[in-house]
Amino acid sequence: MAAKDSGRAAAGERVAVAKTYKLFIGGAFPRSESGRTYQVTDAKGGFAANAAQGSRKDARDAVVAARKAFGTWAGSTAYNRGQVIYRIAEMLEGRRAQFVELVTAGEGLTTSTAAAAVDAAIDRLVHYAGWTDKIASVLGSANPVAGPYFSFSTPEPTGVVAAAAPQDDSFLGLVSVIAPIITSGNTAVVVSSAARPLPAIAFAEVLATADLPAGVVNLLTGDAAEIMPHLAAHGDVNALDLTGCDAELRAALERAAAGTVKRVFAGRQPNFTAPPGTARLRAFLETKTVWHPTGAVALSGGGSY
Amino acid sequence: MAKKTSGFEWEYAPAPESAAIGKLKERYLPFIGGKFVEGNGEEIKTINPATEQPLAVVSTVSTDDVDTAVTAARTAYDTVWSKMPGSERGKYLFRIARGIAERARELAVVETLDNGKPIKESRDVDVPTASAHFFYHAGWADKLQHAGFGPDPKPLGVAGQVIPWNFPLLMAAWKIAPALAAGNTVVIKSAETTPLSILVLAEIIADAGVPPGVVNILTGAGDIGKALVNHPGIDKVAFTGSTDVGRQIQSSLAGTGRKVTLELGGKAANIVFDDAPIDQAVEGIVNGIFFNQGHVCCAGSRLLVQESVAEEVLEKLRTRIGTLRIGDPMDKNTDVGAINSGEQLSKIRELTAVGDAEGAQRWTSPCPVPDRGFFFPPTIFSGVSQAMRIAREEIFGPVLSVLTFRTPDEAVAKANNTPYGLSAGVWTEKGSRILGMAQSLRAGVVWANTFNRFDPTAAFGGYKESGFGREGGRSGLGAYLDTDDVAEGF
Amino acid sequence: MNRAVSEAAPGRAELPGDAELPSSAALPDQLPSHLADAVSDESHLRRFLHGLPGVDPVGVEGRAAALATRSIKKASKLAAIDLAISMVDLTTLEGADTPGKVRSLAAKARRPDPDVPETPMVAAVCVYPDMVGTAVPALAGTGIGIASVATAFPSGRSSLAVKLADTRYAIEAGATEVDMVIDRGAFLAGNYGLVFDQIAAVRAECDRLGSGTRLKVILETGELATYDNVRRASWLALLAGGDFIKTSTGKISPAATLPVTHVMLQAVHDWHVQTGELRAVKPAGGIRNTKDAIRYLVAVHEVAGPQWLDPFLFRFGASSLLNDLVMQRRAQTQGHYSGPDYVTVD
Repeated sequence: MAAKDSGRAAAGERVAVAKTYKLFIGGAFPRSESGRTYQVTDAKGGFAANAAQGSRKDARDAVVAARKAFGTWAGSTAYNRGQVIYRIAEMLEGRRAQFVELVTAGEGLTTSTAAAAVDAAIDRLVHYAGWTDKIASVLGSANPVAGPYFSFSTPEPTGVVAAAAPQDDSFLGLVSVIAPIITSGNTAVVVSSAARPLPAIAFAEVLATADLPAGVVNLLTGDAAEIMPHLAAHGDVNALDLTGCDAELRAALERAAAGTVKRVFAGRQPNFTAPPGTARLRAFLETKTVWHPTGAVALSGGGSY
Repeated sequence: MAKKTSGFEWEYAPAPESAAIGKLKERYLPFIGGKFVEGNGEEIKTINPATEQPLAVVSTVSTDDVDTAVTAARTAYDTVWSKMPGSERGKYLFRIARGIAERARELAVVETLDNGKPIKESRDVDVPTASAHFFYHAGWADKLQHAGFGPDPKPLGVAGQVIPWNFPLLMAAWKIAPALAAGNTVVIKSAETTPLSILVLAEIIADAGVPPGVVNILTGAGDIGKALVNHPGIDKVAFTGSTDVGRQIQSSLAGTGRKVTLELGGKAANIVFDDAPIDQAVEGIVNGIFFNQGHVCCAGSRLLVQESVAEEVLEKLRTRIGTLRIGDPMDKNTDVGAINSGEQLSKIRELTAVGDAEGAQRWTSPCPVPDRGFFFPPTIFSGVSQAMRIAREEIFGPVLSVLTFRTPDEAVAKANNTPYGLSAGVWTEKGSRILGMAQSLRAGVVWANTFNRFDPTAAFGGYKESGFGREGGRSGLGAYLDTDDVAEGF
Repeated sequence: MNRAVSEAAPGRAELPGDAELPSSAALPDQLPSHLADAVSDESHLRRFLHGLPGVDPVGVEGRAAALATRSIKKASKLAAIDLAISMVDLTTLEGADTPGKVRSLAAKARRPDPDVPETPMVAAVCVYPDMVGTAVPALAGTGIGIASVATAFPSGRSSLAVKLADTRYAIEAGATEVDMVIDRGAFLAGNYGLVFDQIAAVRAECDRLGSGTRLKVILETGELATYDNVRRASWLALLAGGDFIKTSTGKISPAATLPVTHVMLQAVHDWHVQTGELRAVKPAGGIRNTKDAIRYLVAVHEVAGPQWLDPFLFRFGASSLLNDLVMQRRAQTQGHYSGPDYVTVD
């Protein structure tokens, strides 16, 4: 594992294969188009790895990928989305140890605390996997309008959501941000924790092998303060999740979002260990109301009006 | 029995509603803290757009008065309204609904005089729908725990609301009713050109015994609206109006954590397929763009018609539009009334001139247009392409832009090819296509084989730059409740 | 279907020199090509009728209700009342009809309001074929039409030979207008060719025997049950040569309604656009008062067009309507409401 194996091998020991961490865009793992990388340290300040430092153009590419994936993902059946998200949980369960190690090293937690966080993240995915085919019946409605019309309101994904993952809670927080976005059919461009990006990229590797269509989740490592303003002002981004931004950055991003009237979720101070409600789901849903005449099965009887 | 036609010419005699029913006063005052008080702003004269004659003097508020109103609303919230059981709150709303119905004829006349819309619309749509909104939301007040926002959803506090001039009373109802039902108190600002009907509503609210300060109604222009939405004592902002102003509001509230809902502009596509019920589609097109002189954010201002029936539809459309009666809004037979203001009329003229310049073909209804007052005849531009400004910008007037398409995919692509996303219309008798189109259109309201239907039970609001948040239905109620996951921590 | 029936029809009677309207329908072979194709054989006819745009019930009913809110006052109301009176097909179609009843009906037709002689005459009286002979002398010289129902009215359930004989009987007795019924059973069974042929045959019989006998085709919309069917039957009747399309026999509920009449007015409007010909519409049954009649006239005015505000192109099949019109006319001219004892009960 990167955090542990980054040091020099003792005499006679095998030299570990160091890993190059890259971005995750459109199902592929490109380097940053800027060519930039930055050093990631573990909680004790030791070298952990080099991560790609996402740029404006990487964000642009990620939005293109997310937009391209939106139609397919939003158009897939809720049952199918549920299965895919459940599959992510399955894959994660299989690589549980890796994530516990990454979280332990990155966040400086005890192994048991880190394990609890990883377990919570896996369980959160299972939770959302079961939401996909409930959302419309919980949040939608048949509207009893005062006239000869059938009217129904149904939730629809808002589109491409740009999210800043929490800076501290690098894995459970990340999953808690991503899962509700994609559950309802949105696609996501997510900027990871700047200081603790490794769980995010490892998670990307899980996503890449979990039947999630390319581009549904795109992960950029780097500095939210650098990348998010481009996403907040981007004309093809529909909504923002500012969970991982501080107050000052939030205000600036909200101002930028106003340019194209984006939906913005800023929420209160998050506590990801608590079970989620529906606020994050609702934040990235539109309500569409459809009307149609109910028509008459026979001519309206009894003389004229 | 062959014979000559009689050449009978049938002119409908004028059938004006009596202006006296409106019981207009010489002077109107803003309603703050349960009282009608002199505002400290400049007086304005509100005029009848159909005659350009003044109707009444209206006292407007100053920014200090905004402060007074917000304080009144806060006091009412803290001391009375937030403590009152929902069942009691609801009874006040029921009273308001009844009060509107009882004074319906008066309100319709006031609305038509001040706004310029035909009396048959204010009488048959605006006023009854306003009453219905209060009646619907009244029932929510003691059932919030069943609304799907947790076991004990809380109001937000004081709502600051700004409404436009196109449906002055109805928009007031859309804003005030859900706010009060959820337990908030309200400071609402009417549009500068249409302050009268909401001040009659203030009387109804006062007569209903609603505690002082629960509803405060301000008069004034954009600066007052700005002061209101940015006032630090406001917990929730609701705005209906132009996308430009909506953007400014969203921007100015950035970082405040204040809840905002915006209901902004639109450029709706009304899509007519070759298998549509053509005659009803023509009605829907007419209703879609000429209802309320086209001063409707969800107006079907872009007609997308399948090429194979374009000529037939256009011919029928011109014939039908030729029967529209434009003129005195107080006449019960008037179909198209006055443009609300000289300013709006200039804007319509300017954009239609751009349509000419860009090479679209203009057709104007041959109906006679009054020579006094702000009127604009029903107008169709054909040969319009997506690139033209009249296909992209909201004209907010009785002007229809006609584009054609060949396939359903092309219709969807063109319909969605706009920064707006408020509404859309689909006309086809093929059921699967209706549902497929309804899914594909990025718009908050899709009317299939009908258009411009509104109901308090049905959520209304936009995608994209048409704003966010909904009004009406369960989701509209949610806009006035603290729906963050309090118990869960986020 | 037997196209020969239509083609065998003899030429029309010459129109008077000042006529602007054809006395009766054009032959199918004078139709624009797409309509001529439609009647070339049964499958084309079916395809044509099923290719007509659908009618959305809520839409057409909403439009009818909206137009019904037109407020017609003062001079326009008086003009409408006079026009409506002049459009009445004053009708008695009872088993209990007697010569005396028909004669008093004829008197009423001539002088709807004996106290107010300037009140217009009605357009026609409408009786069973055996009463035509009574009506003719009673209306001689008035210009009032004599309409007779025929073709095994009201059900239409008989042979073509009987229907033609019925038609002949009426015309030979002096009927100037024939109100036939279509075979609704055949229509609902999709046997459009049969319905077409029967209308065309009656048309031909009218033309053979009469000089400009006008043919009204009763669709009996209450039995057709859907607006789509009303539209198809309207076009079928127009294609087959009906001068009028008429809603109802009056024996079935619902009889005429505003939205059904809207659909039929739209059909004659569209027919005019496509052929240049003006055909007529007659709602019948259920129109009992002036308010209703004026709503129909508003629909004629705004759906078909002002040209149709003419007794030649629009009729009311009614009996009690006339007295209400007369009473309302008095209210308009005398400035106070009249009562039923001041108008005659014929």
